[in-house]
Amino acid sequence: MSDLQDSLRELYQEVIFDHNRNPRNYRPLPAASHHADGHNPLCGDQLTVYLQVEDGVVREASFVGHGCAISTASASLMTEAVKGKPVAEVEALFRDVHALLTEGREAADPARDFGKLEVLSGVKEFPARVKCATLAWHTLHNALVGEHETAHTE
Amino acid sequence: MNAPREPGVQTPILDLATDFPILARPVHGRRLAYLDNGATTQKPAAVIEAEARFYRESNANIHRGVHWLSQHATELYDGARATVQRFLNAARADEIVFTRGTTEAINLVAQSWGRPRLAAGDEILLSTMEHHSNIVPWQLVCEQTGAVLKVIAVHDNGELDMAAFEGLLGERTRLLAITHVSNALGTVNPVAEMTRRAHAVGAVVLVDGAQAVAHQAVDVQAIGCDFYAFSGHKLYGPTGIGALYGRAELLRHMPPWQGGGDMIRTVAFDNTTFAPPPQRFEAGTPNIAGAIALAAAIDYVQGVGLGRIHAHEQALLDYGTRALQDIPGVRLVGTAQDKAGILSFLVDGIHPHDLGTILDAEGVAIRAGHHCAMPLMTRFGIPGTARASLGLYNGLADLDALVAAIHKAQALFGTRGGTAPGKGRAA
Ligand SMILES: Cc1ncc(COP(=O)(O)O)c(C=O)c1O
Repeated sequence: MSDLQDSLRELYQEVIFDHNRNPRNYRPLPAASHHADGHNPLCGDQLTVYLQVEDGVVREASFVGHGCAISTASASLMTEAVKGKPVAEVEALFRDVHALLTEGREAADPARDFGKLEVLSGVKEFPARVKCATLAWHTLHNALVGEHETAHTE
Repeated sequence: MNAPREPGVQTPILDLATDFPILARPVHGRRLAYLDNGATTQKPAAVIEAEARFYRESNANIHRGVHWLSQHATELYDGARATVQRFLNAARADEIVFTRGTTEAINLVAQSWGRPRLAAGDEILLSTMEHHSNIVPWQLVCEQTGAVLKVIAVHDNGELDMAAFEGLLGERTRLLAITHVSNALGTVNPVAEMTRRAHAVGAVVLVDGAQAVAHQAVDVQAIGCDFYAFSGHKLYGPTGIGALYGRAELLRHMPPWQGGGDMIRTVAFDNTTFAPPPQRFEAGTPNIAGAIALAAAIDYVQGVGLGRIHAHEQALLDYGTRALQDIPGVRLVGTAQDKAGILSFLVDGIHPHDLGTILDAEGVAIRAGHHCAMPLMTRFGIPGTARASLGLYNGLADLDALVAAIHKAQALFGTRGGTAPGKGRAA
């Protein structure tokens, strides 16, 4: 088996399939205080991220849209990861995940425990797919900073 | 694992992969099955050598020097133009303008033919299956002139709705801009018939030949169109070179669209006069080596014979169509009667992008996405497709590799048998 085949299995793990088949928090959030759209025109991936923020804490997070397994699983894992976290922590997580996906583990806070999100780091071996994994996170960031322009990863 | 051949099914006849050095190169430790010819084709040694030989033996600027090398290079460049002329069966060599490719050729027509002539309310007719490069230049010219786009619908099987076409033709129709072969569906459009109908209402016709010229013989006089555009890199030639065919009467009355050297007759600050076509449209030093290597590509293709290439690719298309249809969960997008060697498909439960990544790991190169035809994807209600597109060097082994890799992807995704578990999205 080639190295690439190994990398493929590292990326396409059961966690990814599970979250692709049954995305968590897959619904619009009528009570959302924040939301933003994301679009990756190259792949056609498209999603909307909804957040309900109260007293500086993300109480609820959800998304809807369509995309490849990587982008769907990334969005699903993200909604689970940010729920219940203070906004400042969510922003720090965004920066760390972004660093993890684009530059590697060394670039992220050494103290950061990525938990299930670690699986996403497998995209690093597939440069054409990094944007799929980061789309939801850019969209989350836009929702938080009130950027109503559609997030684009191209 | 060749499937048993049914009687009456053609057999692929060409075995030319060894003419293409890159095909000997393994990818991810596998034999490369290059099935992305719609995006660009690989180059035979004859083309690579022609470009290198030009720089080794003949390099000089053209139309400028009295010295021997310059004259030699000029002769080669003019010879390349004559080769393109014969290739398209144009009546005259000065009806061939070298461009960077199809995109630049269409923009040239939009800006030089369209912009000065179109007025508010004039209609440009194109189809849902156009590549963005046959949409956006017209949108730009519409903004500049007030002309409007009218769009010919596409049937579910990927054929043009000819009744809709007839219905849209009218006295305001100034231009029909239509692709010869759809890059996303493989549909071959009846461009000769459409040209006749468009000419009958006084419209000018541009045919986008990007996906046609490498796969079937093209005769612009038989089609009767006014403009025909193609790219060298999809015809086994280099990138950065292509050509526009324009009927002499039209080119003669078109103003230049870029200014510079080589496109003028005389320059003075109070009056500059322009060279006749095709030089009028070739400002600046052109891609000389590219034009010469394009001519080598045409020589190569004609040496093989476009009739044979067509028969070969049709046999592969038949084989591939059956093989894909036999895989549970695979759906072909684009099943027109008259099709070129393009297999666009969807696999249940596997997004085209994931499929592309998994196939790549198996050494199978396809394209996944919208194929620069977003309006067409919207028409079919899909974000994109996976696309295997054939070239003259492909064989049954490439299609067998494709099929095997799709089975692997289905096994990995747990969707073998075509069921996509959990397709209903639970929150
Ligand atoms: C039908 C069609 N038209 C136009 C183009 C644009 O060609 P180029 O990018 O070489 O200018 C393409 C290439 O993708 C095509 O498939």
